[in-house]
Amino acid sequence: MSEQQVDTGRRRFLTVATSAVGGVAVVGVATPFLMSFFPSERAKAAGAPVEVDISKLEPGQKVNVEWRGKPVWLLSRTKQQIADLPKNDPKLVDPKSEVEQQPKYCQNEGRSIKPELLVAVGICTHLGCSPTFRPDLAPADLGPEWLGGFYCPCHGSKFDLAARVFKGVPAPKNLEIPPHKYLSDTRLLIGDDK
Amino acid sequence: MKSKIRHLIAAMALVLPVSGTVLANEGPKLEKAPIDIQDTESLQRGAQLFSNYCLSCHSASAMRYNRLEDIGLSEEQIKANLLPDGAKIGDLMTVAMDKKDAKQWLGAAPPDLSLIARSRGADYLYAYLRGFYRDPTRPTGWNNLVFDKVGMPHVLWEMQGEQVLKTTKDAEGHEQHSLQLVKAGSLTKLENGKANTVEFDKRMADLTNYLVFIGEPAQVKRHQIGYVVLMFLGLLLLPLTYFLKKEYWKDVH
Amino acid sequence: MSKGQKLLNWIDDRFPLSSMLKEHVTEYYAPKNFNFWYFFGSLAMLVLVIQIVTGIFLTMNYKPDGNLNAAGVPVAFASVEYIMRDVAGGWIIRYMHSTGASMFFVVVYLHMFRGLIYGSYKQPRELVWLFGCLIFLCLMAEAFMGYLLPWGQMSFWGAQVIVNLFGSIPVIGPDLSVWIRGDFVVSDATLNRFFALHVIAVPLVLLALVVAHLIALHEVGSNNPDGVEIKKLKDENGIPLDGIPFHPYYTVKDIFGVAVFLIVFSAIVFFLPEMGGYFLEHPNFDQADPLKTPPHIAPVWYFTPFYAILRAIPSFLGTQVWGVIGMGAAVVVIAFLPWLDRSPIKSIRYRGPKFKFMLVLFIIAFIGLGILGAMPPTAGRTLISQILSFVYFAFFLGMPFYTKNDVGSVPVPTRVTETNGKRQLQFLVLVAITVIAAYLFATNV
Repeated sequence: MSEQQVDTGRRRFLTVATSAVGGVAVVGVATPFLMSFFPSERAKAAGAPVEVDISKLEPGQKVNVEWRGKPVWLLSRTKQQIADLPKNDPKLVDPKSEVEQQPKYCQNEGRSIKPELLVAVGICTHLGCSPTFRPDLAPADLGPEWLGGFYCPCHGSKFDLAARVFKGVPAPKNLEIPPHKYLSDTRLLIGDDK
Repeated sequence: MKSKIRHLIAAMALVLPVSGTVLANEGPKLEKAPIDIQDTESLQRGAQLFSNYCLSCHSASAMRYNRLEDIGLSEEQIKANLLPDGAKIGDLMTVAMDKKDAKQWLGAAPPDLSLIARSRGADYLYAYLRGFYRDPTRPTGWNNLVFDKVGMPHVLWEMQGEQVLKTTKDAEGHEQHSLQLVKAGSLTKLENGKANTVEFDKRMADLTNYLVFIGEPAQVKRHQIGYVVLMFLGLLLLPLTYFLKKEYWKDVH
Repeated sequence: MSKGQKLLNWIDDRFPLSSMLKEHVTEYYAPKNFNFWYFFGSLAMLVLVIQIVTGIFLTMNYKPDGNLNAAGVPVAFASVEYIMRDVAGGWIIRYMHSTGASMFFVVVYLHMFRGLIYGSYKQPRELVWLFGCLIFLCLMAEAFMGYLLPWGQMSFWGAQVIVNLFGSIPVIGPDLSVWIRGDFVVSDATLNRFFALHVIAVPLVLLALVVAHLIALHEVGSNNPDGVEIKKLKDENGIPLDGIPFHPYYTVKDIFGVAVFLIVFSAIVFFLPEMGGYFLEHPNFDQADPLKTPPHIAPVWYFTPFYAILRAIPSFLGTQVWGVIGMGAAVVVIAFLPWLDRSPIKSIRYRGPKFKFMLVLFIIAFIGLGILGAMPPTAGRTLISQILSFVYFAFFLGMPFYTKNDVGSVPVPTRVTETNGKRQLQFLVLVAITVIAAYLFATNV
């Protein structure tokens, strides 16, 4: 062993400095590994916005479109259905759509950009089943006050024709409205609203 | 220790003369292709050529259209000039031709070109693209100097014109093959028997450049990150770990 | 008592943490004269960790499926390009894994060479050596199976050739090949099982063997460049006179070694990942095509010495199995070193001229065979391969004879010696001569 005094100050400095630089190196090495977890280009391309031609959509008709692996409903509401929407308000959990289940521009009675067209993600906010379309008025199983809407067969959740959830059912929130925009009167882009 | 060197030289003296002088023949000597993957304009020209001349038969199924933003093209430019009808910007560069049909029509299915530059090399591709010549014995009427009996027709003939094969004998009696331009195309000139292929060669360099790019789109970024990493390691980590070691080892002896 | 100390005591009452750290790190005494050759053990451990971590992340995106996708590209091959292009940071992970595979062999060959020149395989370290040989065997299997996964032309045809080797074994050969492949040719079945073996089975065995290798080493303590047993001379506290605690001295020195290694490693990953076609072979950028054999099938560079020996041994009595046996023997004979070498002198510094001469011949043979194994065979090259194969085996099998009574001019010291500038210079000159000679050989043979 050496005779000279151990320069602990220098040792501490070098140890701390090397550890710090080593820490930076570890962060640098970890970066590509952590980045690899983010959606790949393939996932992003598959999740890309979907263009839909709505020129042939009749009032009262609903079509389904797939976006990011989820069913998106495009419902052309009739004038009567639009007028009936406020009548459901007292029976709804969140009639004014205060919970953020829709973009700001859809925070209205009809939860849409144009009242004639509802664009909603068809996945029940309870446990993820896809509700059935029930536009019929006062059917036997849904009662005389049913003004049209969606009924989830899995656990009985009910939504109106603005995809708002009724009180007293398992589902806690209104159905999600995806970001969307009109490219023209006949073309709708789902998944992008910039 | 001196004996060890002597032993090494002695042992080598046994081996070296025995190793023959047969030169390994690895194929025709290829001209160096002028590749510069930082030249985005060249790459863009190459992308256009590729879309127009190659994508109808060859897929590049590992390459996405939106990756072309890396070579300075905007989404609008890609959509306007390079995206086939019905394709989306995030799609892969696949081709409509069915592989089985292709094999039937052309003898061999046109290979996917995503990695052709990494498997054959830029020099080979540059020679190949400029190496087609008229050959009446072939079903397509064309042959290629670096790929004998190739099934691919000369899709670039309008730009290059027509070449024929010339066979000469060199000083040692070995056969030498070369190509001669006999009919000019839109990018070549034939003046008093002298061929000017500069424009066409430049376009083929662009196309080769592009193929090198699509072979590994990340290569420019790879070099950039590499410089930072090596600077960091060499100028920070290495000196620190060295002095740390030296400091502690003062204790020893 | 601080909270930290309290926690440590709680752990120590239930798990031998502090005692293990003392026994194996802070009070584990290693010879103080470790030189350049002693970096490669810790570097091998580092590369093992790199391969495992990068391997895990590759497995998240790689698909072991030999079937063609809609574009006519095998799914496995396409998934590698998916990693290279579509996965954020994927190309870094892929290049680290491919570079790591080659660097593993660079490090391990240098690590084994250290054992050769300093007699680290000799008594009482025979088991360390044996575990090491088993690790080498597993490493070769791991690399071979890993190479099939990209499903390129070289992956496919290299596997086809090697599995067919088993077919040359008399009587059971062909059935054995079918059993290994799970099919009549290398196919999706082979790919899937090689994937499972490469990702989990062999790595587990490798990890277990590395642990055994280190336990065996710590039981007897490291050898050193002078071949002196430091445990023979201890001070009044029982500490070897020529020993220093592993921590902090060798932890700090190995960290420096790691920094140097990372510079080399990063230079390759970021600037030369293909290494001229030796780390990532050009034909492997073509997807596997069972109907088209590439003009020149060569194994990856780290297998070439053994491949050269395989090719050098001719067919005899109607069977090619002798080449296979020769290749196998070339690997297995390494394990017998502790018993073939009859000299009590460990380090080359103090060994006699016969061993030094034979070692030089061995180096020439190994490198020469490696160069020849990467080239297409010709009559001349085959002849040289045969001569070099003979030299290779003569080095080992002749040992019982030429190591007896082979004594060097300098007597073996009782204490370790200082670093020697003259010796270092001579070594560098030898390296330069070797590199130049190898280059001349490779370009003219």
